[in-house]
Amino acid sequence: MNKITGWILSSPATLAVSLFLIIPVAATISFTFTAPGGTFAPYVDFFASGFQRTVLWRTFEIAALTTVISLIFGLLTAFVVSRSPPWMKSVLIVLAVFPLLTGVVVRSFAWLIILGRNGVLNNSLEWLGIIERPLALLYSQTAVVLALIYIFIPLMILVLIGVLENIPDDLLQASASLGASPTKTFIQVILPLATPGLIVGAVLVFTASFTSYATPHLLGGTRQMMMGTFLHQRAMTSFDWVSASTVAAIMVVVIVTTVLVMTRIAKRLNPMAS
Amino acid sequence: MTNRIHPLLIVMTILVYIFLLGPLIIIFGASVSDTTFLAFPPQGLTLHWFENIWEISAFRRTIVTSLQVAFLGTFFALLIGIPAAYALNRHRIYLPGWLSTLFVLPILVPEIVIGFSLLRSVNVGLGAPVFVSLLIGHTLLVLPYVVRVISASLASFDFSIEEAAISLGSLPVKSFFTIVLPNIRAGVIAAFILAFITSINDVSVSLFLTGPGISTLPIQILAHVEQFFDPTVASVSVLLMGLTIIVMVIVERTLGLTIVAK
Repeated sequence: MNKITGWILSSPATLAVSLFLIIPVAATISFTFTAPGGTFAPYVDFFASGFQRTVLWRTFEIAALTTVISLIFGLLTAFVVSRSPPWMKSVLIVLAVFPLLTGVVVRSFAWLIILGRNGVLNNSLEWLGIIERPLALLYSQTAVVLALIYIFIPLMILVLIGVLENIPDDLLQASASLGASPTKTFIQVILPLATPGLIVGAVLVFTASFTSYATPHLLGGTRQMMMGTFLHQRAMTSFDWVSASTVAAIMVVVIVTTVLVMTRIAKRLNPMAS
Repeated sequence: MTNRIHPLLIVMTILVYIFLLGPLIIIFGASVSDTTFLAFPPQGLTLHWFENIWEISAFRRTIVTSLQVAFLGTFFALLIGIPAAYALNRHRIYLPGWLSTLFVLPILVPEIVIGFSLLRSVNVGLGAPVFVSLLIGHTLLVLPYVVRVISASLASFDFSIEEAAISLGSLPVKSFFTIVLPNIRAGVIAAFILAFITSINDVSVSLFLTGPGISTLPIQILAHVEQFFDPTVASVSVLLMGLTIIVMVIVERTLGLTIVAK
């Protein structure tokens, strides 16, 4: 009786996910295997093109850079936040949640105002007399990485605050009273305990940057095409659905592999787990 | 302990927070500038660009569509997500473990792939109207948040109270609505808000599921930025930030913000 009730109650959601996610995505992926020219033809085509290899490589590079920089600054910021007095901690958490709840388009757009030809940065530099003519800051890899860090670092900070808060103060005091310098305590005590959290944060930021659309579209233009913007261009401008589906399939494989491998490593490294 | 943090770390943290909030302040400044191009600091003050949002019919239409899709999508996600979360917690022993993974699958699969696949299968394949496929996309997009948040509040609910009611002769459906639901009210509110905000801001799923005549606000913003580089988009962004602040105040008043931070 109970078993049947459980199945009945969960069936509408199961049905929705199966019908509108699993089947469509499976159809997109299997579509690439039935394309004319042989089973793996779309993949051979994809990797045969230097331009498409560049897009894939660039996406990896941008996502990795974003992840590493977010990881470093996110960890240090989260450390300070987690060790600040309670009232200040809640203020700092609210200030990190606010940008997170503001949409990606709005936040990418902000960087358009900052990095544009007549943007805040160019104007300030000109006013200070550092440059004479506006620099072309937009549509560069730096612009995309900067904006992606801006968009995803709150995620990293929030994940890591949660992890660092769980490290008891006693442990740090013990380390200090045994003569370890703050830096040594940070590297030898905090870092190992925070590693599973760092991996979770890194996976979140990497997968989100790897699959982003709005930010590379606005700040990278056609020059800094990433997998997401490339998929859209293939599907909606070139109407080449085979190629678009191939890009989609590659993205799914990269993301699913990253998540599975990294969560497994995170579980193994967790010193808190018995 | 606190006074032992290195001053350099504190300076860095302040800089990170300036980095986080500065761009949003810049948008605010740009939205009230009386220039016809985006400028910060604003040259003169005007609210013209806010009026302009209502004058541009495309914005009017997409705001309405975005609100409709966010409300309906969240409603459907709650409709199927609450029973699923309930089953996962109440009947856990009878249900396989992969079921809970299934409901968070929409987070794992890249949004842009979901959007493209729905376009191929539902929109073109089944010939569904644009609005219907858009709604399906958004329901799916927010379902994981609903299942997760509701599961979290059900995890701390004592099911023996419900069992007591049932053993005293209350119908299971009635005991759910009179006992379980009031107890997880906070979770339902949090799930609603989180889902609504996610839906209203979505780009990647909507990207393929909007068509001529039916589009959502973020997609319209992208289109507008490409054609005109005027402060209207800054004003729209300020409105969206205002919405976010209202939501944060509601959440803070009802549940405390930590639930969102999770």
